[in-house]
Amino acid sequence: MKRLAAYLTMLLLAACDGGLWNNPYPARDAGRSILYTAFTERPKHLDPAEAYSENEYAFLANIYAPPLQYHYLKRPYQLVPLAASEMPLVTYQDSQHHVLPDYAPKIAYSVYEIHIKPGMHYQPHPAFAKDEQGRPQYDHLAPAQLQGMHAPGDFLHSGTRVVTAADYAYQIRRLANPLLHAPIYGVMSEYILGFKDYAQALQDALKKNPEGHLDLAAYPLPGVEVVDDTTYRITIRGKYPQFAYWLAMPFFSPMPEEAERFYEQPGMKERNLTLDWWPVGSGPYYLSENNPNRRMVLTKNPYYDSEHYPSTGDAGDVEAGLLHDAGKMLPLTDRVVFTLEKETIPYWNKFLQGYYDASGISSDSFDQAVQVSTGGEASVSDEMRKKGITLSTSVATSTLYTGFNWLDPVVGGSSERARKLRQAISIAVDFEEFISIFANGRGVAAQSPIPPGIFGYREGKAGINPVVYDWVDGQPRRKPLSEAKRLLAEAGYPNGVDERTHQPLVINLDTTSSGAGEKSRLDWLRKQFNKINVQLVVRSTDYNRFQDKIRRGDTQMFYYGWNADYPDPENFLFLLDGAQGKVAHGGENASNYSNPEYDMLFEKMKNMENGPERLAIIDRMLEIIRNDAPWLWGYHPKNYVLQHSWLYNVKPNVMANNKLKYWRVDPKLRTRYQARWNQPVLLPLWLGGAALLAFVIWMWRALQKRDETR
Amino acid sequence: MIAYLIRRLLYAVPILIGVNLLTFALFFVVNTPDDMARMQLGIKRVTPEAIRQWEQQKGYDKPLFYNRAADGMGRIADTIFWQKSASMFMLDFGYSDDGRNISREITTRMWPSLAIALPTFLIGLIFYVNFALVMTLFRATLLDRVGVALCVVLMSISSLFYIIGGQFLISKLWHLVPISGYAGGLNSFRFVVLPVVIGVVSGIGSSSRWYRTIFLEEMGKDYVRTARAKGLSEPGVLFAHVLKNAMIPILTGVVVVIPLLFMGSLLTESFFGIPGLGSYTIDAINAQDFSIVRAMVFLGSLLYIAGLMLTDISYTMADPRVRLS
Repeated sequence: MKRLAAYLTMLLLAACDGGLWNNPYPARDAGRSILYTAFTERPKHLDPAEAYSENEYAFLANIYAPPLQYHYLKRPYQLVPLAASEMPLVTYQDSQHHVLPDYAPKIAYSVYEIHIKPGMHYQPHPAFAKDEQGRPQYDHLAPAQLQGMHAPGDFLHSGTRVVTAADYAYQIRRLANPLLHAPIYGVMSEYILGFKDYAQALQDALKKNPEGHLDLAAYPLPGVEVVDDTTYRITIRGKYPQFAYWLAMPFFSPMPEEAERFYEQPGMKERNLTLDWWPVGSGPYYLSENNPNRRMVLTKNPYYDSEHYPSTGDAGDVEAGLLHDAGKMLPLTDRVVFTLEKETIPYWNKFLQGYYDASGISSDSFDQAVQVSTGGEASVSDEMRKKGITLSTSVATSTLYTGFNWLDPVVGGSSERARKLRQAISIAVDFEEFISIFANGRGVAAQSPIPPGIFGYREGKAGINPVVYDWVDGQPRRKPLSEAKRLLAEAGYPNGVDERTHQPLVINLDTTSSGAGEKSRLDWLRKQFNKINVQLVVRSTDYNRFQDKIRRGDTQMFYYGWNADYPDPENFLFLLDGAQGKVAHGGENASNYSNPEYDMLFEKMKNMENGPERLAIIDRMLEIIRNDAPWLWGYHPKNYVLQHSWLYNVKPNVMANNKLKYWRVDPKLRTRYQARWNQPVLLPLWLGGAALLAFVIWMWRALQKRDETR
Repeated sequence: MIAYLIRRLLYAVPILIGVNLLTFALFFVVNTPDDMARMQLGIKRVTPEAIRQWEQQKGYDKPLFYNRAADGMGRIADTIFWQKSASMFMLDFGYSDDGRNISREITTRMWPSLAIALPTFLIGLIFYVNFALVMTLFRATLLDRVGVALCVVLMSISSLFYIIGGQFLISKLWHLVPISGYAGGLNSFRFVVLPVVIGVVSGIGSSSRWYRTIFLEEMGKDYVRTARAKGLSEPGVLFAHVLKNAMIPILTGVVVVIPLLFMGSLLTESFFGIPGLGSYTIDAINAQDFSIVRAMVFLGSLLYIAGLMLTDISYTMADPRVRLS
């Protein structure tokens, strides 16, 4: 009993660390330069060759330093050097590798020469540790030596080394490693010279010796050449200006070969010591704690000294205080603590208590956080304003659409009948209403696949979809239902009835949506179809079957979406390229849309530099697809981010994932606010204790009284 | 008793094989290896070649149960079922489809689960039994009636309400403990308090009513009348005799769940950000990670069998008349 009491006392003492009672962080961290944020889903991969999703890039983009990045402040999005000392020097060549002028009509190869900044260093890591003789400290480790080692920080020694051009080349080779399943291997094999043959050679080597070490350097890759310690060249087939955008992704980060060797040692994988779990980068932060079930911590890379806060930005950035830290060494915070928050309610409440520095807004909290003026402008509510919370919004480079299957005999194909049917439905389904009801106004009704901020998107009258909208009083207005009904009648379905069969027109929508929350959306969609007397049948299915149906083209209509890889119209317009047809080619064109003129224009446009000629082609492409209406264009979601007054330099940038290095916190101000907002209320405890005591006394007396009466 | 336990252990083997077989069949009815590959590789820019390579690397390119192309034992052994299941009987759970060591995940995640489940279980048990005893002590009085009504009310409320209400009241309004989160070691105390309190409160209704019913049934028996006749006080009768004699039904419901405490609670862990095992299986099902699903189902079955055996053993301790043979 005494032991139990002692243990409980210890627990209580441990709990009372001098901080606020509801503070989820240790009191010793108060006042430190730490950014607190959350993640909702654990990352699957942290190997830059494998990771591709947003929740993985939230970490990786801050750990690795690819050659390029997006300018943090300037819009439209623009690439600037990160690890590169200057923008890549691109030269064009003919099939004999003779240099051609930039405007040459037939370019066989483009050579990207990349110079990296000299003297950049990797994060501290045991893979770089050297013994007194200068040999790797942790080479040829016996499994017994790994006893108790579960993180790189558990090793006694660590080291660093200078980043070289060879490391960048090595990582490109890793993209072809069949054991890694790099998602962009398919794309890169089309462009990087010799990549397919190189991957084949690796596969053959792996077949011969499945258990052995796969030496990536042992096979030739003509498309990647290391010139010297700070220069390397990538040769790609033809002209592909979008290649520069790929160079801003972690896929093209440097990878030290010794890090791979370190993790390949026996016993490492059993302890989850892998490159996919513990990245080794040269970026502003390194992963110092990796418990994706609870929290992940990024700590400032002590060797990162090659980047400063930008000194130029957009108009208004100075007034917004976004250039206050111009020229300062990055990163501006020492640590970033990511806590796993699967549920929105605790996440939101902790933000309101000041324990997260920034937060998105869930639908549940929208009304509490945001008020929308009659002009449609969103601002924070009075409650938030009192707390000093501010709001920033941005339109995502994403599009959420509803596709028609071009292969379907009713809604698909290029016939006049099907086209008019699709146009009628496009008018009837009111996405402005959808955004208002289901997204709290957080979205922009799409006029085409291209979202705002991407070259090819036009504002104003020139940018509207004339099939669905009229330009009235300086604003797009959805065409009346009478127009939809007219088109429907012209398509052979007057009043929603098939002229040939005299049966009502029934259209099927395939979706993975289910549950009470989704039901209202689907009911709303049925209502939209009912407006023109067309019946919508929702075929809910599980994710696997849905994907299977899409692959087989066994759908009529379906929900889909696309999140841009890079801010170029090619990355949206290829979703309707015939060569990308899902059924025929296994590509990304899920609606299997095909129009020879569009395909021809796409081929012409895709590798052009931005300019009037490209814009004219895009205009024509948009005209074609608006007329063909292979999608209900849906909407581009808007991101709403709330931030506390102690967080500085937050500017929405939907392309850059490495934003954390620019953010600065004022920890003293945060501590003051947290103390003001979170003083414990002890009265309920006292009242509860008193009530319990009273009950025990009453019970005691009642028992005594009963004994006396017996 | 040892012979009995050995026999029970031997019975466990076909049960575990059956559970494993059923899990395997159900999983692969819903998910094909292609689906699993797509889930792991993502939906953007995935080529059929990448899917084929993934399946080959993870061993999902083999037939499910019977390999006609192989010879001899290979027809059985060179299949997905055999290769993914045989090692589990040695408690080697292998790696998840995203390359993590499952055994390590389980050993890491079971402690936070236990940190919530064990105190909830112990404090809850003590509280429920005592509350039921108090209601029994004051049976047919106002206190008993209010207690039973309170139990019915508490039973009728969804556990989600307790969690959200508790977080709102205790963490948001009164600022007494963190809303969610977890810390290792002794620091876990302040994170554990709220889920434990909520866990205990949410169980009061059903458990206390159940124990009250057991105690009331015992109160009508002859030995209670004898004890009273001997002049024992009512609390003495209840705590010294009734409680002891009601142990068999209590143990039946209680001991079997002890091993399962390792498995955690999905809802509690999700809302409180506890990095336990509760969500591990659900996350794996959503991610179509068969390696984790089979490991967790196997572990759950194993623990359940262990729980049943522990229950049998506990009977012999609670009642010397019980013999296991």
